[in-house]
Amino acid sequence: MAEQYRLEMTGISKSFPGVKALDGVNLKVRPGTVHALMGENGAGKSTLMKCLFGIYKRDAGAVYIDGVPVEIANPDDALKKGLAMVHQELQPIPARTIAENMYLGRYPMKNFGPLRVVDHKVMNAESEKWLKDVKMDFDPKAKLGTLSIGQMQSVEIAKAVSQNAKLVILDEPTSSLTENEVEALFRIVRELRGRGVSMIYISHKMAEIRKIADDITIMRDGQYVGSWEVKDISDDEIVRQMVGRPLTNVYPPKDDVRTDEVVLRVTDLCSIHPRSFRHCSFELRRGEILGFGGLVGAQRTELMEAVFGMRHVQSGSVEMLGRPAIIRRPQDAIGRSVGMITEDRRGTGIIGCLSVLDNTAIASYKNYAEMGKIDYRKVNTVVDESIRKLSIKTPSGKTLIQSLSGGNQQKVIIARWLANNPDILIMDEPTRGIDVGAKYEIYQIMIELVKQGKSIIMISSEMPELIGMSNRIIVMCNGRITGEVEGEGATQEAIMAYATQFELKGA
Amino acid sequence: MAKGFNAKEYMEGATKNFKAKDFLINNGIIVVLVFIALFTGIRQPTFFSSGNLVNVIMNVAPRFIVACGVSGCLITKGTDLSAGRMVGLSACIAGTLLQKADYSGKFWPNLPNFGAWWILVVLLICIAVCMVFGFINGLVVSYLQVPAFIATLGMQLIVYGVCLVYTDATPIGGYRSDYTEVAKQLRFGGSKVGIPYLFLIALVVGIIIWFVYNQMTHGKYMYAIGGNEQAAEVSGVNTKKTKIIIYVTAAALYALGGFLFGAKSGGTSVNMGQGYELEAIAACTIGGVSVNGGIGRVSGVLIGVLVFELLKTCMQYLGVNTNYQYIVQGIVLVTAIALDIRKYIAKK
Repeated sequence: MAEQYRLEMTGISKSFPGVKALDGVNLKVRPGTVHALMGENGAGKSTLMKCLFGIYKRDAGAVYIDGVPVEIANPDDALKKGLAMVHQELQPIPARTIAENMYLGRYPMKNFGPLRVVDHKVMNAESEKWLKDVKMDFDPKAKLGTLSIGQMQSVEIAKAVSQNAKLVILDEPTSSLTENEVEALFRIVRELRGRGVSMIYISHKMAEIRKIADDITIMRDGQYVGSWEVKDISDDEIVRQMVGRPLTNVYPPKDDVRTDEVVLRVTDLCSIHPRSFRHCSFELRRGEILGFGGLVGAQRTELMEAVFGMRHVQSGSVEMLGRPAIIRRPQDAIGRSVGMITEDRRGTGIIGCLSVLDNTAIASYKNYAEMGKIDYRKVNTVVDESIRKLSIKTPSGKTLIQSLSGGNQQKVIIARWLANNPDILIMDEPTRGIDVGAKYEIYQIMIELVKQGKSIIMISSEMPELIGMSNRIIVMCNGRITGEVEGEGATQEAIMAYATQFELKGA
Repeated sequence: MAKGFNAKEYMEGATKNFKAKDFLINNGIIVVLVFIALFTGIRQPTFFSSGNLVNVIMNVAPRFIVACGVSGCLITKGTDLSAGRMVGLSACIAGTLLQKADYSGKFWPNLPNFGAWWILVVLLICIAVCMVFGFINGLVVSYLQVPAFIATLGMQLIVYGVCLVYTDATPIGGYRSDYTEVAKQLRFGGSKVGIPYLFLIALVVGIIIWFVYNQMTHGKYMYAIGGNEQAAEVSGVNTKKTKIIIYVTAAALYALGGFLFGAKSGGTSVNMGQGYELEAIAACTIGGVSVNGGIGRVSGVLIGVLVFELLKTCMQYLGVNTNYQYIVQGIVLVTAIALDIRKYIAKK
C-alpha cells in the first residue's frame, strides 16, 4: 500500500534505569481514521504518547507526520506540528470562562491606548465559532466549572481543533463519562473524522473500540504486538494479544493454608460517589491471600480504602472477625486488627522526614507507652527485630526513611503493621516500583504471614503476581466485582475478560 | 545532601567546600549574630556584663515559653497568629486581678485582698481562659479544616476584641508586690546578681516540652502529622485530637508567658503582646523549626529566641534607632525562612 500515513512511528524504543519501557514500537495512523491503542496497565501506551509529545526523549526510532520526518521537542512544539492531546485527567481552570480556557496562553490581543490588552470580544466570538464547529452550543462566557466532565472534554477537543490539530489523542476519554456524554463524544469524534482529522483512541473498553475505531494497535510489556483493522479481529483475539505472555516471574512455593473461618465479610458496599465502587461483596478467610485484579480505574483501591476507613461509604456492611464493624476512620479498622499498606507509598505511607524507627513504630507507639510515655527499650527491641526479620537494609534505626531504597521503605511499612500484629493485612500494589530481589522477599513475608494464620488482601495490577501469589482472585471492572477465579481457572485470559466486562454505555 | 547518582564521588572531591556551604546554609544567621555580638561587646564592654546577661535572660524566658507553644503548631504545618494577643489577654486578666489593695485605679474595686495563693489561682484562670480560645483554634483547624493561618488570624482579632471589651482599653498598673516579685531574682546570701525566677520557670517549661516532644506518643504523633499527615492518619494516629491538644497546649503556654510578661513590666495594656506571634514564629524558624513541618527541636527554639533577643540587645547597645530595629528584624526573619526553604530544596 502506497498510503500516506498521518502519523507514522517506527521502531520507538525508550529505556528507564532498569527497565525497557518501549522496545521497537510501531504505530501507523491513517488520515481521517480513529486508531485504537490498546494494552494492559503498564504496556507502554502512555510512555509512547509521551515520547511522541517530546515529554520523554526516545532512545531510538523515527516519527513522521504526513510522511515528513519530525523531531518534537515538547508538547507546545507538538501542537505547532498539528498534534493535540486530550488528557485522561483534564487540567482545566474551572474558575475561568470556557473561552479563557480555550485560549489560555494565546489570548487574542488588541491595543488599548498604549497597552496591549486581551481582546475578549474576539476571543469569545472565536470560541463560540469553534464550539459550534464541533456541534456544541455552550456560552463561551460561562465558567468552565459549570460544565460536566464530559462537556469539559468536548471543550478540550474544540480547543485542539481550533489549533488546527490534524491528529488528536484521546486518552481514556470515557472513563468518567455518563452514557449520554459518551454518545455526545462519539458524535464529535465522527464529525472530526469526517473532516479528515485522525485520532488515537486509548481505551480498554472493547465495546467502544468496536463502535468508534477503524484500526487497532496492541502493545504488551513495551513491545509492539501488531496492528489490525478492527473489523478483522475478534474480541477474544484482542484479549489474547494483550495478555499473551508466559508466566516468567518466579514466586516462592506456597501451601494452601486456608481455613473456613471468615475474618472479613464485606456485604453490598457502595461508595458515596456514584462512579466509584458499588454493590461489592466478598469474604476473606483466615490464612488466605485474596487477590484483587482489574484495570486501572476499576476502583479496587477505593474499595479497600473504604474498608479501612479512609473513604466514606453510602451503604453496605462490614464484618471483621465475625462481628459487625463500623469503620469511620483508619483508627477504627486498626482497632479491629486490620492493617493497610497503601498504594501511594510516598503520599500515604512513609513519613519522609522521620527515622526508620519512628516510621516503624508510629502505628504501635501506643502499645509501648504508659500514660503517654514511650518505653524506648521496648520500641528499640521490636524495631531491631523487624529490621532483622524483614532484612531491611538500613545503617541504623535512626536513619531517615527517605534515604532508603523503595523496596526497603516498603519493608518498613510492612514492619509498621506487623508491629501491631494485625489479623488482616490489606496490601495495595505491595511490590510496585520495587526491584526483583525485594519483590521476592516481600512475597516470602506474605507467605510466612498466612502460615501464621493471618489473612492478606492483595491488590495488584501485575497479572503474573496476582496469579502467582493469590489463593483466589476477585476481578473488578469499573466499580463492580465482575468475577472470581481460583486455581486452574486463574488464567490471564480469564482475568482480562472479567476486567474488561464494562457495562455497555450508549450502546 | 546526596544529590544524584555520582554524589559520592562528587562529595569526596569537594567535601570541605561542601561542608562549609552546608554549615553556612544551616547556621548562617547564627554565625552572623555571633559576630555582631562580639562586635558589640568590643564596642561596648558592658554588653558582656552580668547585668546585661540577666536582662537578656529575662527577655528570653517568657518569649521562649511563647515560642515553645508556637513550635508545636509549626511542626504540624500549622501556625498560630493569635499567640501575641493571647499573651496580651492573659497579662490583662492577671493585671486586673492582681492589683494592690490600696491602689486608687483598681479595676475590680471590691476584689478582696487575698493571700499569696491568689497569684497561683489567677495564673490558672489566665491559663484556663486562653485554653478555651486554643481549643477553638484546634477545633477550627482540625474539624473545620480551615487553614491555620486564617483560623488563628481570626482568633487574633477575636482575642484582641475580647481584651478590649474586658479592659475597656484602660492601662492597668499598681500590681501587688508579690506578683511583680515573680520577675525578680533568686539570690543566695548577699550576692548582687541572682538567678531570675523567669529563667527557672522557662527551664522547667523547656524540659517538660522536650519530654513531651521526644518521650511521649503525643510528640511522636505531632512529628508524624507534620511529616505526612495522611500517612499518620492511615497509621491510626488521631490527627484531629493531636492537633487540638497542640493548640490548647500552645494557648496555655501563651497564658503563662503573658502572666510573666505582666509581672516583668509591672503594668499592662491591651497592646501587650502585639506582634509577639511573629517574633515567636521567626525565632522558631531561625532555630530550625521547618515551616514545611515535621522538623523542629526545643533546643532549636531556644537558640532562635536567644538569637532574636541578642540581635535586639546588640542594636540597643550599638545605639541603633529603635525605628530601624524593626527593619533589621524583618530582614533577619525573611533571610532565616529563605535559608530554611533552601535546606528543604537541597534535600529533594
